[in-house]
Amino acid sequence: MNFTLLVTVVLTGILFVAIVVVLAQLLAPRSYNPMKEEPYECGIPARGPQWGHYHLGYYLFAILFLMFDVETMFLFPWAVVAKSLGPQGLVAVLFFLFILVLGLAYAWRKGALKWH
Amino acid sequence: MFDFTTVSTWFHSLLTGVMPEWLAIGIECLIVLLFIIILYATLAIILIYAERKICAFFQCRIGPNRVGKWGVLQVFADVLKMLTKEIIKMRQSDRLLHDMAPYFVLVASFLTFSCIPWNKGLEILDFNVGAFFFISVSGIGVIGILLAGWASHSKYPMIGAMRSGAQLISYELSIGMTMLVVILLNGSMQLSEIVQQQADYGWNIVRGHVPAVLAFLIYLVAGNAECNRGPFDLPEAESELTAGYHTEYSGMHFGFFYLAEYLNLFICGAMAATIFLGGWAPFYIQGADGFNSVMAAIPGFVWFFAKAFFVVFLLMWIRWTFPRLRIDQLLTLEWKYLMPLSMINIVLMALVVCFGLTIN
Repeated sequence: MNFTLLVTVVLTGILFVAIVVVLAQLLAPRSYNPMKEEPYECGIPARGPQWGHYHLGYYLFAILFLMFDVETMFLFPWAVVAKSLGPQGLVAVLFFLFILVLGLAYAWRKGALKWH
Repeated sequence: MFDFTTVSTWFHSLLTGVMPEWLAIGIECLIVLLFIIILYATLAIILIYAERKICAFFQCRIGPNRVGKWGVLQVFADVLKMLTKEIIKMRQSDRLLHDMAPYFVLVASFLTFSCIPWNKGLEILDFNVGAFFFISVSGIGVIGILLAGWASHSKYPMIGAMRSGAQLISYELSIGMTMLVVILLNGSMQLSEIVQQQADYGWNIVRGHVPAVLAFLIYLVAGNAECNRGPFDLPEAESELTAGYHTEYSGMHFGFFYLAEYLNLFICGAMAATIFLGGWAPFYIQGADGFNSVMAAIPGFVWFFAKAFFVVFLLMWIRWTFPRLRIDQLLTLEWKYLMPLSMINIVLMALVVCFGLTIN
């Protein structure tokens, strides 16, 4: 039942957007103007490449995110059974967390967390 | 407390009595579909109106007051206006991706929306890995925003989307870690189970004392950032980037982003209410039996909405009080303050749980 509902919810989202878009296209007036199709700039024609360069910092943070997100994911199964595992499980996870913190400390020391 | 499963099982047996099973399930799915859309739209109307009035209140203005009494019909007028505006197709944009972006944003929003337990037994998606599912589907929204920025083929949306991507993925870590704290405390990832435990043993924020309060505060900051709001609204910093990643979206296409933004605010508030403030669990004081029976008479969904809107109000208050951060300040706040703090918080909560120091 849960997965039927999951499909239903996804379909709800898709149907909602599709129907409203069709409705808007039926209701809305249409007019043609070449300036309308230009990318937004403050009143003048846009210059230079639009898909231009962006800051390298975003890439670094994305890589860091990937690392930490996957590592925190491993903590979820432990969190469910933490109580029954007791102090022994805690010590094991503390070691895991220590490695996680080492990674953060390394990135921090290397200046990856600094926005240049 | 009234259990809604009795209603749903009664309805299911009623349907299967007169028709085959597959048809009954189909009709139930249709009801769920309508329920989601109606609730979603109603909440959006309430939230947009509330935001405009509250914002006006904080800025010593009156706010919308022309359309209908106290401006209550303003939102309906806005929706009609957006519906009758042309959806502009850009010449150089990546047309397919440009049109796909709202689908991602809205589907992510619907999926997170249906994880919320509204009342006892009234939840649409109730997986045994509910909290984990919530985090994972909220990540789909980032794809939509990045697509919107990239496909627009324009400078401002590109910058806005990049900022938004960096912000959302960074603060997602803190959201995940605060969820981890709650899961540690309750020993379950199922959201209905988490709320049930809070009804039995007291709200998480009281039961988990210091680490839970810390987690709640971290959640408020990170949740605000996840909604692209408040002091963290640099993806759409209107004074620098006009409208950020949805600059090139017009009419109802823009409306979808607007809708999802407000609903994400509500989802953030509702999730805070669910995992920290007890969801549909009423407010109890140990020993005061008369008081408790009065509190238990109030239906669960009233409790839930009261708590959710309380958190939403807090988030609105934060939004209209603090000035916007710079991107480096934003990333510093997450990676150098909230992240280490959340890690310490996990260890703290693990100690509390392992040595049985919770308040019951």
